[in-house]
Amino acid sequence: MKAKIIITPKKAVVDPQGKTVQSALAHLGYQGVTAVHVGKYLEIDLAPGTDPAAARQALEEACHKFLSNPIIEDYRLEIE
Amino acid sequence: MRFAVLQFPASNCDQDAVHAVRVLGHEADYVWHKETSLGAADAVIVPGGFSYGDYLRTGAIARFSPVMGAVREFAASGGLVLGICNGFQILCEAGLLPGALVRNRSLQFRCEHVFLKTATHDSPFTRRIPPGKVLRIPIAHGEGCYFADEATLAALRANNQILWQYCSARGELTDEANPNGSLLNIAGICNAGRNVAGLMPHPERACEPILGSDDGRFIFESMLETLTDRARAKAA
Repeated sequence: MKAKIIITPKKAVVDPQGKTVQSALAHLGYQGVTAVHVGKYLEIDLAPGTDPAAARQALEEACHKFLSNPIIEDYRLEIE
Repeated sequence: MRFAVLQFPASNCDQDAVHAVRVLGHEADYVWHKETSLGAADAVIVPGGFSYGDYLRTGAIARFSPVMGAVREFAASGGLVLGICNGFQILCEAGLLPGALVRNRSLQFRCEHVFLKTATHDSPFTRRIPPGKVLRIPIAHGEGCYFADEATLAALRANNQILWQYCSARGELTDEANPNGSLLNIAGICNAGRNVAGLMPHPERACEPILGSDDGRFIFESMLETLTDRARAKAA
């Protein structure tokens, strides 16, 4: 079982990395890109037989207090 | 007075901080991050560096080090805590200071002397800074852009918690003088209790004329005067 966590900068936070990638895409000729947000992807392996509901609850807590910073980042958690 | 200077894996301004305190004629001890006590410290410095390789986010892992429990208690009892550069980032991650530090808007690592305006002299960290004095102090960081939401910024302003702002040599708050894109040109702030402060510039690297500036002394002298006052009040 795996948990997949995607962390992205909040829209209110200026993301110079995303803006730089966006302008590089434009320079390379890729049209129609209106915004790029550069974030992080974490893949967490969970022990076989882990209860998905309990894992979700624990990881939501970990995302909130450690894996992301709610002041500047949003996260999305998937367990599969 | 005795300063505790914390050491995390990959702290690299700890020796500079200890040196600065000794140059000022006071004592400083290193405190390893696995310690759970600060000993007989009168004040704490959380120094600069790249604790835990800046992995995940700057300061995100260091804030859970055992010593941070002792720092939290020390701060809760009114003790003076100063976070410099990575130390500022750690204190924000720990929730001891509001807001967060993110990537410099320019994406560049900026390593240069900057000018700072003192926004309030009403704090244990700024009281000895001469009125109107523009401080010249070096920075060295890639992630020093101060961010907080509107409500937090409003509270910082209302409570006079903004201590230093990036400015021109003449003391003007301009975009050109802002090296990292910080909101409101914020270089340093304190908590609502005014006993915990953080700043991105390095006052410990500006305490001797041979280093090109000794303006950093005013910040440490402010802390020392506060500590002396407290010791006198306690003895009385």
